[in-house]
Parts: sequence; C-alpha cells; structure tokens
Amino acid sequence: MALAEAKQTATEARLSGLGLPEGGCLKAARQAALSRVQTMGLPSRRDEYWKYTRPDTLVQAEAPKAALFEADEAPMFDAFERLNIVFVDGVFDQEASDDLALEGLSIDRLEDICCKDIHWAKDLYGVLEARGQTPVERPLAALNTAFASDGVAIRVTGKVSKPINFTYVHSDENSDAILHHVIRVESGAEVTILENGPAASRFNKCMEIDVADGGKLHLVRAQGRDHKRRAATHLFARLGTESVFKSFTLTVNGVLTRNEAVIELTGDDAVAHIAGACVGDGDFHHDDTVFITHDAVNCESRQVFKKVLRNGATGVFQGKILVKEGAQKTDGYQISQSLLLDDDSQFLAKPELEIYADDVACSHGSTSGAIDEEGLFYLRSRGVPLAEATDLMTLAFLAEAVEEIEDPEIAADIVSRLEGWLARRR
Amino acid sequence: MLEIKNLQVKLEDEDKQILKGLDLKVEAGKVHAIMGPNGSGKSTLSYVLSGRDGYEVTEGSATLEGEDILELEPEERAAAGMFLAFQYPVEIPGVGNMTFLRTAVNAQRKARGEEELSASDFLKEVRAKAKTLKIDADMLKRPVNVGFSGGEKKRNEILQMAMLEPKLCILDETDSGLDVDAMKLVAEGVNALRDEGRGFLVITHYQRLLDHIKPDVVHILANGRIVKTGGPELALEVENNGYAGILAEVDA
Repeated sequence: MALAEAKQTATEARLSGLGLPEGGCLKAARQAALSRVQTMGLPSRRDEYWKYTRPDTLVQAEAPKAALFEADEAPMFDAFERLNIVFVDGVFDQEASDDLALEGLSIDRLEDICCKDIHWAKDLYGVLEARGQTPVERPLAALNTAFASDGVAIRVTGKVSKPINFTYVHSDENSDAILHHVIRVESGAEVTILENGPAASRFNKCMEIDVADGGKLHLVRAQGRDHKRRAATHLFARLGTESVFKSFTLTVNGVLTRNEAVIELTGDDAVAHIAGACVGDGDFHHDDTVFITHDAVNCESRQVFKKVLRNGATGVFQGKILVKEGAQKTDGYQISQSLLLDDDSQFLAKPELEIYADDVACSHGSTSGAIDEEGLFYLRSRGVPLAEATDLMTLAFLAEAVEEIEDPEIAADIVSRLEGWLARRR
Repeated sequence: MLEIKNLQVKLEDEDKQILKGLDLKVEAGKVHAIMGPNGSGKSTLSYVLSGRDGYEVTEGSATLEGEDILELEPEERAAAGMFLAFQYPVEIPGVGNMTFLRTAVNAQRKARGEEELSASDFLKEVRAKAKTLKIDADMLKRPVNVGFSGGEKKRNEILQMAMLEPKLCILDETDSGLDVDAMKLVAEGVNALRDEGRGFLVITHYQRLLDHIKPDVVHILANGRIVKTGGPELALEVENNGYAGILAEVDA
C-alpha cells in the first residue's frame, strides 16, 4: 500500500537532507535499511505505536535547537576504572578517548569497517534491527542503520577487566547525531558497557547486541541532564543459550525521550532484564517501549520501569511480552509504575502479553499513584521533616528499578544523581 | 509529662466518633498500660498523639510537658520527644536502615538546635545499641524493615527508640505477632530504656507483655473512654475474667 501523502512528504523531506555514508562491507545493509525506511515511512502521530508520543520533532528535517547544559555535578561514572570512548555531537573524539585496546575485546570504528570488504560486524549491523521491524515497525531505527555517521563495533571474546564507557557530549545547540553501535559478546565472554550524556540536540541511537551462548552483558546508561534535548534510541538484543543481558537506564530531564528495547530470547535458559528509572519535571516527556520475545525454553525476562513525574510531566510505557509456541517454562515479569507528585502529571501505560505456550508464568502490573502515606507518616513520626521524608519515599519508589543494577558502585552513582535531582527541587 | 484532657476524636472522612472524652496523665518515670477490647480506640489514641492524618480532634487537649502537641506536625512532635513504636512497622525499600536512623537522629537534633552527630559517633552508638537488641550488622545495612521478620521489625522499632531517646514512648501492640522469645527480647530493650525522665504508654490486648514490661498503672479503655484505672493487678483481672466482666461492672 502506498504511504499516505503527508507521511511520504515528511519522509522524503527528512531523507533528502541525509547522505548514505561510504559502505564497504556495510553497504548492502545500509541500502537495505534505506529501502525499509522508504517503504515504511517515518513515524507520524497517527501511527498506533506513536499514540502517546509525538514523533514530529524526531522526524522533521532540522533538529530543534537545544540549549547546552552547564554541569554542576561531577560527570557520571568518572571515578571508575574504565575504557572511555567519547563522541562530541555524535562525532568520535580521538583526543578525549582512551586507546581503543583492551584485553578480551576488539573495538573498531564504523569508519574503519567501511573500507574493509570483510568484517565480523557485517553479520550483525542492521541484522537485528531488520528482525526487529516485525511485528511492529521501527522506522527511526532503519533510518539509523542507513545513515549512522559514526559508531563502533565491539567484539568481546573474554572476561573484560573494566567497563567500556561511552561519553556522549553535547556541545552544539543545533547538533543532530546518528550513532550506531554493534556489540557481539562471544560464548562465555562478559562485559559491562556504560553510556552517559545527552549526545546532541537531537540524538538517534541504535545499538545491536548479540550475546552468544553463556555470554553476559551489563548495560547501564544515563541520558544526560540537558533538558531541551531530544532522543530516540533503539536497543536490539538477541540472546543465546544461558546468556544474560541486563540493562538499566536513568533519565533525568529531557523534553523528549523514546527508548525502545527489542529483545529476543533465542537460546534456552537465557535471562534478560530491562529496567529504567526516570525523573521528570514540567515539559518532560519520556517513553519506554519494550518488546520481549521468548522463543526458547526456560528463559526469564524482567521489565522494571519506574517514573517519577511532577509539574505536568508525562511518562509513557508500552511493554510487551510475546511468548512463542514452544517457549515453555517461560518466566516473564513486567512492572511499570509511576509516582505522580501532583495532579498535573500523567502516566500512559500499555502493558501487553501475547502467549502461545501453555506452561509459562507471566505477570504484569502497572500503577500510578501518589507518595505512600504510610511510609511518609512513619518517617515523619521519627522526626524526618516532610520534604526530606518525601525524597526518601521517592527513592524507595525507584528502588526496585535501581536494584536491577548489579554493581554496587554503579548503583551508588545512579542513586546520587537521583538524590541530586530531588535536592534541586526542595 | 503527658496530659490528655477530655479528648474527643472522630474520623475525618466519616461521621464516626472514636474517642469520647478521654482523660489520661502519664508521669515521667512511669509505665502506663492501656488495655481494651477491639475497637475501643487504642490505636486511634496512639495515632492522634503522634499526628497521623485522618482524624479530627473535636474537643479536648493533649500536652507534652505543658506544650500543646495536637497542633504540631508529626516531625515536630517527634522533636518534642514523642515516639510511637508501630504495630505494623512500614517497609521502605531502597533506604538503608542506617541511613534512615542517622537521618532521623540528626533531623531531631537539628530541630532542637543541637549539633548533628558525627558519622563515627553515630556509628559507635548505633552498633552498641543494636548489639543489645541482637540486631546484626546486616540488618543495619538492609533497607528499612524490608524482608525483616515480625520480631526483627519490632526490635528495629526499639532500636529507633533507643537512638532517638524520646521523653514519651508509645508502644502500640508491640507484642502482636511475636513469639515468647522475641517478646522477651523486645521487653528487655524497653526495660533498658526505663528512666526517671521518661514516660511509657504501653498499648496491648493481652496481659502477657505486661509480665515482661511491668506497668505502674493499668487503664481499661472501652468505647472511647478510660473506664477503669488500677495497678498491675487490673491486667491480671482482664486476663482471668476477660473484658466483659470489667465492662459489666463499670456499666452497673
């Protein structure tokens, strides 16, 4: 069916401003992605999947201007021993980055892959994204695969001694960045990936993650405090037998954030946990859209999303668990909750389960509510003043999501950012 | 210490009178027990004194060392020296027990214009007090009351009491959900805090807690009023004859 005219016009307007980068061994993937976008068209507000989040500013040709943020706290994850990879407005910054070499993994920039005829990333780049286009279309991800101007391919072959940290710096208030990373964790290998920063005024990021049998990947990201920035991110992950993928996302501020996670459990006994905590104020809009497919036996998936909203902020959660025929002994859990600190804020949730196996345990819950009065009274009866007690109860609300972070030091850093957000609003 | 005069309280949302003219005086250094059948207003009394929402005082007064407490916020009452050990202590995930204790201790000190306890002084004190209540380091680190057994929760209440050093301690059915050993441990904790400057109001259904925390005065609360006051022997009378006998005698 031909696209509606308005959609076609909008898609063409956006694509006309972009050029396909040099292809090399990724050329075919980029071209295929381009034709996917052209066929699907970019999202419009009439699309069911975009019912709660207006895609206009993510789709329009020019990135809306976003004021730069003046940091008043130490950069995230700064105290950790790590391998730091820096992108400024979506462009790799070699000076600021560490040497891209570490035992147990290899890191190549897309730019380097592009001039090669053969590279392992060819089998991953755009592959999971393309798989993730059904049953729901994700045109912004296809656009990313086609036009990503930078990014890295990380292949993890052993237990890596320190985390790989992506620092995304926003330095130009008109910047429009498209980054695409691919990560392959080989059998039995393990790595922690950290990401932090707003990246650009408008950021389209795609990460494709392939975890082979017995591999483990921990991902913790923080999306920066530049309030006027916009971001559409996609995470595509495929999990092999007995592999583990755990991800946590912190979002503090941001007028528009849409984080999509598309996870496929393809090997038996695999585990996927996707968690997020966001705190928003005023014209904050945050959307978590998750699609988890169980396609193997005895796999576990957990989705834990918590949103604290005040002053007219909006939170969105669209989360789905699909259990395919034969995916017996599936253990699926999904919780999405919002803490509405006033009557002006709203939380829009669409939890979905679709199950074709008969021996599974899947649960889902979604709530919106105010601060727990019982807890508040308990704290105040011990002498804790109302404002401080409210903050503690807010942290208590977020705890289940934060507890998904395994590393206590990383978790402590995340909590300190949440405390900072609360303290600034006293 | 605590003086309650003609206290009349109704539920805020309902036209239901709970306390109907309650008079009570707790002196410093004394342990007063309040016993009474279900629905007599025991828990309401403890909540109204500690400032929980949902109740409306229609008449009467309550003062702590001469200060009207009914107009104060819960945290102000706490700083004034009021402490309620909850019947059902609340779980607070994500907030470490130690952090909670320190926040509470220092908030009260600040409200009273005292200097905050240093981290090391606080740690020393909390460890010593936790030890006597058989609260281990792990329980101090864990989130407040999360995953605690019934006994652990109640011991944690007493630890808070010990750290906050209140003037008036209200224990709301502290014995509920405890086995004999746990009850003994809690009672020992309470007895260790008995002091000539401190008053206790022990609310309970049963006499058994009063075997371990010996009261000076026992009150029977029924239908929103203190209907009988006596010595420890009154608790035994309840144990032997139930409330029915006493209430019949009062009505007669």
